[in-house]
Amino acid sequence: MKNLLSLTGWLFLTSTALAQTSEPEMADAMRSEGKIYVLVAIILIILGGLFVYLFTLDRKIGQLENNQEKKA
Amino acid sequence: MKNWLKWLSVVLLVYTCTAGLLMDVPRLSIVNETVRALYFHVPMWFGMVFLFLTSTVYAIRYLRSSDATHDIRSVEFANVGIIYGILGILTGMVWANYTWGSPWHGDPKQNGAAVALLVYLAYFVLRGSLSSEEQRARLGAVYNIFAFAAMIPLIFILPRLSSSVHPGSGGNPGFNMYDLDGRMRLVFYPAVIGWILVGYWIAQLRIRLRNLADNQPNNSNQ
Repeated sequence: MKNLLSLTGWLFLTSTALAQTSEPEMADAMRSEGKIYVLVAIILIILGGLFVYLFTLDRKIGQLENNQEKKA
Repeated sequence: MKNWLKWLSVVLLVYTCTAGLLMDVPRLSIVNETVRALYFHVPMWFGMVFLFLTSTVYAIRYLRSSDATHDIRSVEFANVGIIYGILGILTGMVWANYTWGSPWHGDPKQNGAAVALLVYLAYFVLRGSLSSEEQRARLGAVYNIFAFAAMIPLIFILPRLSSSVHPGSGGNPGFNMYDLDGRMRLVFYPAVIGWILVGYWIAQLRIRLRNLADNQPNNSNQ
């Protein structure tokens, strides 16, 4: 009886373990450690820099257009 | 371009880069976590098609009116479209290397995209080879319409007729499992709109710069 219980217990444990490995692997560890926020921060800094550049370029072209209109 | 549209593109892309990395995605084998590349790789192609379509519309308007400003618009939209296409090809190669095993898999969709880009590169070769400004604009506009008409079957139709490993090809319209997932749509659609707006913005900047250069009193091009 004791053997049967331990056997079913062992089967239950291995079946859950197997179920876990058969599920597609994702970067869960990286998320739980919070390292994903490092990536988010880095990407947002690059994106922010790109947008600041676009806005300054936009303003500079606007100034040139104003200068040209004054001359004309 | 209206200022609020520029800020909308900022908001949408900041949201894409944050939610795209943090929000839940379906757990799928083979692609695993790289399914998130959908938020960044696919909007490049949507943006490219939008920019090329706008370019073609201006090409048609040029042919109807012979107004040089329409020609400038047509060229600059095609310019930014090419950049988006190259970024789409490069991101696709990185993704293919991980999921399909090699950067260039010879997949019909991949080949079609490359040929479409070559067709558009030939547009700039054609323009560069003509010295007469009017001829350049007229032939360029006609070729532009042809290039758009060639791109649509190369990217959207031919890959569906043969077997393709690329999602949304090989007889499967849409994104199937990806598109069915509502969680991914919440990030994907804002990403598409955001990148289209940025492409439109950059094209506008280039058009304004071209107009400035053309209006210079001592312009050697005229």
